[in-house]
Amino acid sequence: MADLKRTVLYDLHLGLGGKMVPFAGYEMPVQYPMGVMKEHLHTRTGAGLFDVSHMGQVLLTAKSGRIEDAALALERLVPVDILGLKEGRQRYAMFTNNEGGILDDLMVANRGDHLFLVVNAACKDADFAHLQTHLTDCDLGLVTDRALLALQGPAAEKALARLVPDVTDLRFMDVAIRQWDTAELWISRSGYTGEDGFEISVPEKFAVKFAQKLLDMEEVAPIGLGARDSLRLEAGMCLYGHDIDTTTTPVEGNLTWAIQKARRSGGARQGGFPGAERILGELDNGPTRRRVGLRPDGRAPMREGTEIYASPDGGQPIGTITSGGFGPSIEGPMAMAYLPADLSEGATVYGDVRGKRLPATIVAMPFQPTQYKR
Amino acid sequence: MKYTEDHEWLRVEGDLVVVGITEHASEQLGDVVFVELPEIETMVARGDEAAVIESVKAASDILAPVDGEIVEVNEKLVDNPGLVNADATGDAWFFKMKIDDLSVLDEFMDEDAYKEMIS
Repeated sequence: MADLKRTVLYDLHLGLGGKMVPFAGYEMPVQYPMGVMKEHLHTRTGAGLFDVSHMGQVLLTAKSGRIEDAALALERLVPVDILGLKEGRQRYAMFTNNEGGILDDLMVANRGDHLFLVVNAACKDADFAHLQTHLTDCDLGLVTDRALLALQGPAAEKALARLVPDVTDLRFMDVAIRQWDTAELWISRSGYTGEDGFEISVPEKFAVKFAQKLLDMEEVAPIGLGARDSLRLEAGMCLYGHDIDTTTTPVEGNLTWAIQKARRSGGARQGGFPGAERILGELDNGPTRRRVGLRPDGRAPMREGTEIYASPDGGQPIGTITSGGFGPSIEGPMAMAYLPADLSEGATVYGDVRGKRLPATIVAMPFQPTQYKR
Repeated sequence: MKYTEDHEWLRVEGDLVVVGITEHASEQLGDVVFVELPEIETMVARGDEAAVIESVKAASDILAPVDGEIVEVNEKLVDNPGLVNADATGDAWFFKMKIDDLSVLDEFMDEDAYKEMIS
């Protein structure tokens, strides 16, 4: 696999029997010998360890040194209330373009005198350039000497607390800096599985040792990208480049919950982000299409790209599935699709699977209840 | 037992050919979550898509290895797709075919040749 980058945990993955595949320019483990299904279920009952070091970690500091200025600067690029984000807290956000489409989705944390951003691997270079171009009043740092691990599942707190006892006081979406050995860990209580858990930024030179300490614990197993995808899909979370992209707005993407009052029409800092006209218009008047959850009635999975029809025969497609597969915890197929906004939950639509139109029901997401420790 | 380049196994049972996928194929596919079987009494030509198998990762076709008629399908796989991972070369057969001339099976690989192909 020429030209692919490796994370600092590459040799550990090989040692664990990880099956490596190209992903976002990196060689990453798609699964371990346990297999996708068992890895998924293990994360929902024990604790799963994910290497997400390919993701981008960015530090953003206002040249004035004031956190308020950093927050207001970032608000020029996201439709999210960053000024209202308290110290030690994290929030979901998205970079928008002038058409209201989404350039990337990300996490933003307030760390007192600066912001810490975590962005998608495939977008990190473009995101960093975007920030540099537009936030000339800020100093930006791409963190290149840290790995990023996620420990997810009901046993995550117990496992991590053996190494870092003072993580138990963190609540969902809290961030904090904690010591382990002589390393400074940047910890958030969040993740991409719908479970309680943590994301831990650890200096590269400590990463293998830290990961190994966790893996040595009975309840912790390594989890690959395959289960990461089925876990996030069951949790109703978007995968950038599939469920959201430059052609979908946050309102169409059903992400209005991430646009706080302050940035909406009539809010204290309404608009002022790329594509505001379209996005605020859709918030006020409703979008024409929206991302919804689908449960196929039978057992056949409806995969990405499956066209959706309003009736069992005839007519034109009314939408397309953007993510779809089998949910090991819900023991059945599930999917996300963009469908006309006038269709409501409970409505039946038809997915074209190998030339046959199979019924599916529009349902609320998440498919699997989330287990956050609020 | 004979083997195809598409990782299917063929076993003669009386005047019928039983078709399944190899353990190697089931390992590569990962956990199987859905199986769609052909209708019985369907005539198929070699290379036709006869059945569909979906794992947590992706969908794959099971191709008809030879010309013939589908005379029996393994309904157990519909209710329990995981059987493909548990017993690929045993209980998890997909379908049985009636073919004109069993000697066409001679051209397929034997176990040693198949093992060499996947090694």
